[in-house]
Amino acid sequence: MARITAGVASSHVPLLGVASDFNKDRDDYFGPIFAGYDWTRAWEKAEKPDVIILVYNDHASAFDMKIIPTFAIGCGERYKSADEGWGPRAVPDVEGHPDLAWHMAQSLILDEFDMTIINEMDVDHGLTVPLSMMFGKPDAWPCKVVPLAVNVVTYPPPSGNRCWALGEAVRKAVESFPEDLNVQIWGTGGMSHQLQGPRAGLINKEWDNMFLDGLIGESDHLRRIPHIEYLRETGSEGIEMVMWLVMRGALGKKTRALHRHYHVPCSNTAIGHMVLRPDNGEGLDMTGSDTVNAIAAE
Amino acid sequence: MITEDPKHQDIHEYLAEMEDIPGTRVFTAKRARQGYHLNQFAMSLMKDENRAKFKADERAYLDEWPLTEEQKLGVLARDYNKCLDLGGNVYFLSKLFSTDGVPFAEAVSTMTDMAFPEYREMMMRGGRSPEGARSIKANEAAAAAAKKEDR
Repeated sequence: MARITAGVASSHVPLLGVASDFNKDRDDYFGPIFAGYDWTRAWEKAEKPDVIILVYNDHASAFDMKIIPTFAIGCGERYKSADEGWGPRAVPDVEGHPDLAWHMAQSLILDEFDMTIINEMDVDHGLTVPLSMMFGKPDAWPCKVVPLAVNVVTYPPPSGNRCWALGEAVRKAVESFPEDLNVQIWGTGGMSHQLQGPRAGLINKEWDNMFLDGLIGESDHLRRIPHIEYLRETGSEGIEMVMWLVMRGALGKKTRALHRHYHVPCSNTAIGHMVLRPDNGEGLDMTGSDTVNAIAAE
Repeated sequence: MITEDPKHQDIHEYLAEMEDIPGTRVFTAKRARQGYHLNQFAMSLMKDENRAKFKADERAYLDEWPLTEEQKLGVLARDYNKCLDLGGNVYFLSKLFSTDGVPFAEAVSTMTDMAFPEYREMMMRGGRSPEGARSIKANEAAAAAAKKEDR
């Protein structure tokens, strides 16, 4: 059977894609950001996931104002990088996993999550920047991807509680897929940032770190944070963090943290990154990579 | 950190709270409707040929869209706060930033009371603090209390 072996959280600031594509990723500005992903890159090489369920939001690229799906799952064979106004990023095409994705779509709908099914779309920085952060610059991405797009642009986005519950249903869907697959789930976006109006540039380090703390262990209090709290405390675009809760919900009752990174600023945004293991007796440190690569990365 | 049961969320309270954040226009349904064509116009700039057409004659290109005169003037002046007030959304307006070749953070800084170098410096120092920027009502109450004390 397929199983979710890890959860990864990461910001997806478009400028990180630019830094990676134009080899600025080790300069004075970007170096400290990318250094926080070195551990994860080594760890991913050892983990060799087959599929990533990548929770992200589209930024007026594939979806405009014509159609606004709250939760959409990509069931296509492959996805190209979107032209966001300066030409598409020169990154490999993203290969889908239609068998798993369709299975998930069916299972989620039967579980009362009314998913929108997408067979063709381009994917923007929300999806491709996390791939660059975790895998660097390969000729082809080392695994398949099931895109799971969440509306966090037009209000109201789904509640944190609903996102968490979707994660729980995703876990159930994955575990009922017969093929043996090593599946990771990534929650992307955030952390605190505001890109609009006179209050732009807002950052809340204390709150962000409280949120990171809350992802670890048994507590599920993060699922009950109302939208207004994200808006007041983390800026209008900090609401993207509800997407991290889909990831957290998919890891079961308890997690433990393998890696954590926080940096301000990247452009207008606070960068947050975390690697989590489900910790419910699954015994998932199958390669011993939790410790081996921590040493290798040093 | 406030938490609550989302099942008890009242839509009217929810929408009222969205308007209580200083210097922020939350992209609610009302704004999405008001700005529909403004945002779709911005979206059209995803295509190279449209960018070229727009650059050649901005006014003529805008006149092809069912925008209000105020929305057109907001775009022509690159007055992004005005565009937000008229239903624009920053992810859509960002197509205009890239058409102009202006970095995202620089375009964002034009909506604040800072010039870009000053804004960039603020970000390097850890960004804008949420202190005093959480609630219009709370700020008004604090100001009223301070005024009372002055007397």
